[in-house]
Amino acid sequence: MKMRRSSKMNTLMGPLTFDDAKPEAGLRKSLELEPDDVLELMTESNLKGRGGAGFPTGAKWRLAAGADDEDKYVVCNADEGEPGTFKDRVLLAEYLDLVVEGMTIGAWAIGARHGVIYLRGEYSYLRSHLEAVLKRRREDNLLGCNIMGRLDFDFDVEVMMGAGAYVCGEETALIESMEGQRGEPRSRPPYPVTKGYLGHPTIINNVETFAWAACIIDRGAEWFREHGTQHSSGLKIFSVSGDCARPGVYEFPLGVTVEDVLREVGAPEAKAVQIGGAAGFTLPRSQFGRQIAYEDVPTGGSIIIFGKDRDMLKVAKNFLEFFADESCGQCTPCREGNRKLLEGIEMLERGECSMHYLRELCALGETMRLASKCGLGQTSPNPFLNTVEFFKDELIGRIDKTETD
Amino acid sequence: MLRTEQDVLRQDIVALADRLGRGRESLLPILQEVQRKYCTISDYAMQIIADELRIHPVEVYGVVTFYSFLDFRPKGRFVIRLCRTISCDMKEKNRVARQLENDLGIKFGQTTPDGKFTLEWANCIGMCDQGPAMLINEQVFTNVTPEGVHEILEGCRRVFGVHALERGGARR
Repeated sequence: MKMRRSSKMNTLMGPLTFDDAKPEAGLRKSLELEPDDVLELMTESNLKGRGGAGFPTGAKWRLAAGADDEDKYVVCNADEGEPGTFKDRVLLAEYLDLVVEGMTIGAWAIGARHGVIYLRGEYSYLRSHLEAVLKRRREDNLLGCNIMGRLDFDFDVEVMMGAGAYVCGEETALIESMEGQRGEPRSRPPYPVTKGYLGHPTIINNVETFAWAACIIDRGAEWFREHGTQHSSGLKIFSVSGDCARPGVYEFPLGVTVEDVLREVGAPEAKAVQIGGAAGFTLPRSQFGRQIAYEDVPTGGSIIIFGKDRDMLKVAKNFLEFFADESCGQCTPCREGNRKLLEGIEMLERGECSMHYLRELCALGETMRLASKCGLGQTSPNPFLNTVEFFKDELIGRIDKTETD
Repeated sequence: MLRTEQDVLRQDIVALADRLGRGRESLLPILQEVQRKYCTISDYAMQIIADELRIHPVEVYGVVTFYSFLDFRPKGRFVIRLCRTISCDMKEKNRVARQLENDLGIKFGQTTPDGKFTLEWANCIGMCDQGPAMLINEQVFTNVTPEGVHEILEGCRRVFGVHALERGGARR
């Protein structure tokens, strides 16, 4: 099994696959192909959205390509807000050319002329770097009019800044934000591929997805499918943090087990692992044999490790404080549910929660999963429910330790 | 001729609208520029922006109150945002927080009386492998220690008035 760490930050295991990518090879090849063949290659590769939701990229692009509209948009979702995720920051800082190359390939495939990188406000220090790279690419005829001499291909990319809202990583909220609205998710359908930015067909992909797209066009779908599992093809970039010897950015094939990851990053004594960020899954030791893949434990790349002395209730509390703060407030299950769960955790902390009420809270969590409008509310009960499921003995009958920290 | 502060603000906003456009999609970029320059988006500013974009001021207010990097309350010249999310939390961000409060003499959510510093919590700022981390305006500080807080704040104080930090790059 191949595992790699980011080159410039951590030198231990060698470079990422992205370091081996030949500059603009993917773009050059795609421009020799018909857009339809590019779509076919993407579909064949079985690349799924690397932001976490795992929607097949080829299918998304094909839907947008089939939409009948003069104006189409390619949006790179760089609103990386999931707790424990920072791989997109590294990709933007170190592999931006590959990302923009992937966007350009996407534009060619669906027939778009406009591109946008939506950069989260917290990363505004990267903006000048982004603008500089875009400018250089324009000068090199890799953006702008008649890209690489193709008279029928114009495409340019601009940077838009977020302003500190986690929910804007949800694709319809992101469009709302780009249009100058409050970042509140829309009802779907219509999906962005038919009616997105300013009402035009729009593909929104994660930073990493675009980078892989560029690699796939260059090396072929077969190469990509050699890695990973049947349902989760390819390699994936992970952000590892928490109680381990070597935090940082890693590349693993999908299907890797939690155990293997922990061995690699130096966390032999981990008590639990959070996969997929705050919205993901809390796994105890007994589950470390599980695979990180769309069909088992899905993730956008966040892996947070909890050492043997961590208080899991405090961890769950931190996550729920996050969600209670970041809920956009539009739909009731999410707005009220997260607050109620947080109150419940505070009751557990004080040792005042009856088993009956704990069951009520779990039922509320299930309701939120079903009834919330967007992914935020549908996944925010996860840390609470997982903690109750796997660490009940830590939660029940606690003695109130009056504010020790 | 005497120019009032309001005149200056109005001219600035009109110039921004000229440069960034008057469509609804220009609202966020305009608000971000006003916030950066004036450290707040006042009621008056919201009214002018609404007039320029031909929308209701409530629409502008709704957007300003939604995003945590925009605020209608006056902020300090340096806005310090300490990450409170799990990975930084496990790296003892509370000790850094305590020392920031001690050195600035304010609590989280407050601004120093001289208008130099605002202290806030931030949700995950994507520096989880290098926590505790914090943003000061657009500059990022990682592996912050309680002892190191003083020097960072002194760095801000030294450049005060020059706004040198506003365009600062990433420290990794």
